[in-house]
Amino acid sequence: MTFGMEPYLALILLGFLPSEVWRWVGLAIGRGLDENSEMVLWVRGVATALIAGVVARIVMLPPGALATIPLEIRIGALAFGFLAFLLVRRSAFAGVIGGEAALIGAAWLYAG
Amino acid sequence: MSVFAPSQPSDIASGTAAFIYGLRVAATSVFALVITVTYLGFGALAHDYGLSVGWAMLSTVLLWAGPAQVILLTAYGAGTAMIETAVAVGLSSVRLLPMVVSLLPVIREDKTRLWKLLVTVHFWAVAVWVEATRLAPGVPREHRVSFCNGLGMGLVAAGTIATGVGYYVQSALPVLFGAAAMFVTPLSFLISTARNARILLERSALLLGLLIGGVLAYNQVEYDLLWTGIVGGTIAYLLHRFMRRREVV
Repeated sequence: MTFGMEPYLALILLGFLPSEVWRWVGLAIGRGLDENSEMVLWVRGVATALIAGVVARIVMLPPGALATIPLEIRIGALAFGFLAFLLVRRSAFAGVIGGEAALIGAAWLYAG
Repeated sequence: MSVFAPSQPSDIASGTAAFIYGLRVAATSVFALVITVTYLGFGALAHDYGLSVGWAMLSTVLLWAGPAQVILLTAYGAGTAMIETAVAVGLSSVRLLPMVVSLLPVIREDKTRLWKLLVTVHFWAVAVWVEATRLAPGVPREHRVSFCNGLGMGLVAAGTIATGVGYYVQSALPVLFGAAAMFVTPLSFLISTARNARILLERSALLLGLLIGGVLAYNQVEYDLLWTGIVGGTIAYLLHRFMRRREVV
């Protein structure tokens, strides 16, 4: 057994609490704010940049199985998905399916 | 003009109707597909790492944050130290903080009870944030919490079922599925945030986040996500203010 503790206890202490605490802090801060305040606008910018940062991080430093696919293919498939989204009436479905198809197709060609 | 202008008007008259509308949005959203694929992959990964199906499904219900769940799972497999694991999970979920802060003022009423909000925000992850930011302003304010609960619970239910299914069909999944399931997270985050980005503030934050985050991650800079969010978000906000003053927005 790893974690040095029982898996369900680890789920609570090392998983749930460190993650959920951000929602609680967000609740404490956001409760007193007005939706049209400058503060909320700034935080909205931070949230958007953070999500973009997660995108960049997973593509540059992928976890697990995604690491077996070369960086060029990961970036190319992301760009292809984004292009599919823009070209097909800004459809999120088109973007996600297009990007996945590009990733799988290119990885298949690369392996074969 | 409010930044949170309604994009889809609605004549919802009760909490139940708002909850059902939330469930319907969950079922037809691109995130129903994204979450199903993500958690099929996560369930299969949990099987690979030798954890139980109950643990895997409970982690989806309790954490409801894909990247953090993958970090927790791989830390388990690698025997990572406890503190190190908790810090890595915490850093990967920092995005939840600004998401809650920016969406909460849109959906709460002055009299909304704290415990109700605690339940509601538990379901907030990128999927709910994106869809609720877009659609909640179109729901009457007194029913927005119910709408978010329907949306959030619908997606969590889909994710939890997919985790269980992924766990059992693990051996039948093609080799590439694991990679494809992990790739759907950045792909859907990028596309859904871009779809929601209507004003300069959001568009520049998205672009700056990709550039700064990419450079920091490439150079393996510590706390890359924190820096990306604060620096990218602040520059985007200042840009927005500057352009607004010049009335070019």
